[in-house]
Amino acid sequence: MTYDALIIGAGHNGLVTACYLARAGLKVLVVEKNDWIGGAAVSRELYPGFTYSNCSYVSSLFRPEIMRDLELPKHGLQILPYEGGALFTESGGYLGMFRDHEANRREFARHSKRDAEAYDRYSRDILRNCRLIRPMLMRRPPDLASFAPRDLMELAWLGKQITGQSEAQIYDMMRFWTMSISDFLDEYFENPAMKAYQAVGSIIGTALGPMSPGTAYVLLHHAMGDVDGNVGSWGYSRGGMGGITKALTASLQAVGGEVRTGSGVAQVLVKNGRAVGVVLENGDELRAKRVISNMDVRRTFLKHVEEKELPEDFLKRVRTFKTRGSSGKLNIALDGVPKFTALPEGAPNIRGDLHFTDTIEKMEAAYDDWKDGHYSQSPFQDVMIPTLIDPTMTPPGKHFMSCFVQYSPPKIEGRDWTDADRDGFRDACLNQIEQYAPGFKSLILHAEVRTPRELEAEVGLTEGNIFQGELTFDQMFFNRPVPGYANYRSPIKDLWICGSSTHPGGGVMGAPGRNAAAEVLRDMKLPAKDMSDAYAII
Amino acid sequence: MIAQQSTLRHYETPLLKTHFHPRTEALNKLWSWGNWGGYTTVVSFDDVAMEHSAIRNSASVYDLCPMIKYRIEGPDAADYLNRLTIRDASKLSVGGVHYTAWVNDAGHLLDDGTLFRLASDRYRICCQERHLPWLLDSAHGFDVAITEETEDIAALSLQGPTSAEILRRAGFDIDGLKPFRMAEFPLGKGHLMISRTGFTGDLGYELWTSPDQALALWDLLFDAGRLHGLRPIGSDALNIARLEAGFIITGYDFTPADICVREDRLRSPLEMGLGWLIDWKKGHFTGKAALKRQHERGSDWSFVGIEIDGNVPADGAILYHDQKHEAGVITGACWSPVLKKNIALAQVRTKYAKAENLWAEIYALRELHYAKMMMRARLVERPFFAPDRRRATPPGRF
Repeated sequence: MTYDALIIGAGHNGLVTACYLARAGLKVLVVEKNDWIGGAAVSRELYPGFTYSNCSYVSSLFRPEIMRDLELPKHGLQILPYEGGALFTESGGYLGMFRDHEANRREFARHSKRDAEAYDRYSRDILRNCRLIRPMLMRRPPDLASFAPRDLMELAWLGKQITGQSEAQIYDMMRFWTMSISDFLDEYFENPAMKAYQAVGSIIGTALGPMSPGTAYVLLHHAMGDVDGNVGSWGYSRGGMGGITKALTASLQAVGGEVRTGSGVAQVLVKNGRAVGVVLENGDELRAKRVISNMDVRRTFLKHVEEKELPEDFLKRVRTFKTRGSSGKLNIALDGVPKFTALPEGAPNIRGDLHFTDTIEKMEAAYDDWKDGHYSQSPFQDVMIPTLIDPTMTPPGKHFMSCFVQYSPPKIEGRDWTDADRDGFRDACLNQIEQYAPGFKSLILHAEVRTPRELEAEVGLTEGNIFQGELTFDQMFFNRPVPGYANYRSPIKDLWICGSSTHPGGGVMGAPGRNAAAEVLRDMKLPAKDMSDAYAII
Repeated sequence: MIAQQSTLRHYETPLLKTHFHPRTEALNKLWSWGNWGGYTTVVSFDDVAMEHSAIRNSASVYDLCPMIKYRIEGPDAADYLNRLTIRDASKLSVGGVHYTAWVNDAGHLLDDGTLFRLASDRYRICCQERHLPWLLDSAHGFDVAITEETEDIAALSLQGPTSAEILRRAGFDIDGLKPFRMAEFPLGKGHLMISRTGFTGDLGYELWTSPDQALALWDLLFDAGRLHGLRPIGSDALNIARLEAGFIITGYDFTPADICVREDRLRSPLEMGLGWLIDWKKGHFTGKAALKRQHERGSDWSFVGIEIDGNVPADGAILYHDQKHEAGVITGACWSPVLKKNIALAQVRTKYAKAENLWAEIYALRELHYAKMMMRARLVERPFFAPDRRRATPPGRF
């Protein structure tokens, strides 16, 4: 039996690729090393009656075109908007975020009247950049060195997007794409907590501090999604983030695609410079006309392809592709709702994202620990309790808390993480929350702790980098993952890549998987059935 | 204003209440409320036609509290405002008011508003949008203090032919007060500032006092106005009156530059019919170079008043030249009860700003189906309606 396409890894991008290919009539198989599907969009029950979002924990970037093309709502996907959030200050207060424009303005005005009135202009500038970048998400980047008509046309299209703006806006755009979020926010706001809150999206998943150049773009990457057209909004996947990959799997199976779990790929079989199948860890050999890897580019080419099959330049680029892990995750089963003393009783903010780092300087200090090879003693956390909205994940009155933590290095002072390190990391996080919600620790029923060690070993993310490669400008667009290979192909014929290592990068977006499928079908001269272009930006 | 506003629990009542809320709430028979700049304001108290009729026939009261107000004071206040705004603020004498506008460095409109000169070194800007960061940043190098004072002032607009008579009856001698002048009077334990200004193009006044005098002022006016047809009006009725007067509203007729996302929607004062405000001789002001370039080169867009055939209001209609080429868009429109005409304000491409052959494409939803119409649109001068009584000093009884 020879498959038309064999996809390595049942993460969201691998499944998206599989779905589109199966819809185009290909015989498709997805193989997954774990006993469960999902990759980093996964929900598992690690404590009886409690469903976790074990890795990714919120949704905004997942392209609505893909949800619609693949009929994911019909297969059970439901994205729930959530309501704002709060950043707690060391002095015992908080800065809240609200969905309502007026509530937001009045909240910001409590901290700075000026900042409250500056927020709309700030939002405009972020939105302008989002509008520029969104049309690029579902297109194959041009190859700058190529004279092929398609590359030249794509380059011309790109040039038109950029030169369609005013001169002033082009300058602003170039600055925005290269500057630090700290410098960027200084141009709008004066209040330290306001700046710290706005900076949240600029460091998530990134081994950079808010004072590092390039972090403004990372903010954009987190701001360009939407929930039902509400750009910049985030939501929960009902039933946990695994709901996304479950719906994708159901959609795949409905059109005849297969998923095989429980044994990962040991090696991609290459014959005469062509990928012809894979050998699984259990020894099974599977044949396929093309192999598409949802693993990150380093894992794919450094662990599962024989080096001798690859050109030296390509290998060198892959080896130096930055996948520095910076994050960790705590997934906690709670016996009740923690009481954050700063928040008024009944405040809606608790149903959103919660943070405890009230200045840019403290965020940067947390990053300093990472540079020194330590997890942060006073970490930055992005804490959520989705079960305050989603009734499906825990028994009534019980809750699931997701704590995304920075910074957490791939190695501790150059050596591997130990269990004792992991426990120390856990305690730093829990103690921080306890400080703002006394009694919180006594509510804990179970906690899953994931450092970069676990993220690599369990999910397969090299060094625990959640984006399968950092979202720095040198690794974006036509440079992602390797110049000349931003077209989802590799030096080995019929070996493709479709994960977040490729354009447009990480987050539960699905765009890399969709773009890879488009390229495969184009290569096969098959029409891309059921595949929509990106919605027009009007 | 109302005590709930500064507490942590603002999210329970995201919209603020104005100083007159206890009175407007009691009179709002339709319970028809709208959000104006974060405040709960009345859209219509009971009957839009009757409310508009009061503006043109007797007198009307409109709650102005949500207008954003900034106090500019200090030795450099006049110089600062001359740098900030496009008109010459130093020519405004103490006790005077003028209509003005301000732009960014690229000459794009941020807002328009009225500037009150309260003392030689003290002004008040009254406008639609919030601008604190812009005003503060613009103060660089000037010895001025800028204070947002929206909540510190209770303001009402009293407009209509009998408005002067009502003020007289209320005990205020306004006979000598000319248009765009203001005067101060004692009110209870505080003060009332009366300016002969308004947004209706009719005889009318705007009344400014401290929040503690707000309800007493309201009661005083309605007591004095009992025999003079005074009634409260909501924003729907005011909108008809301001269209008849040909006035623009920031955010309706143009998108202010600091929140405008699409660059092709940015507009300059020249493009919005506000070129007459620009004082080219007063020295440097923000945006002057850009405006001068545009003035010399000509602008892409123009702002016009139009009359449209038929009696169906043309809100949001696209304008066509020769029924074929898109020429612009209508930003505000109504059937004018006082003119018995279908009027509108529109942004049009300058090449069509004097065109004869303009048409408005109107879609009128009637009992779930659209009547599609292409109606003749004729360019006319603004204001559409400007009765002599608005300027008469002393003002008449009606």
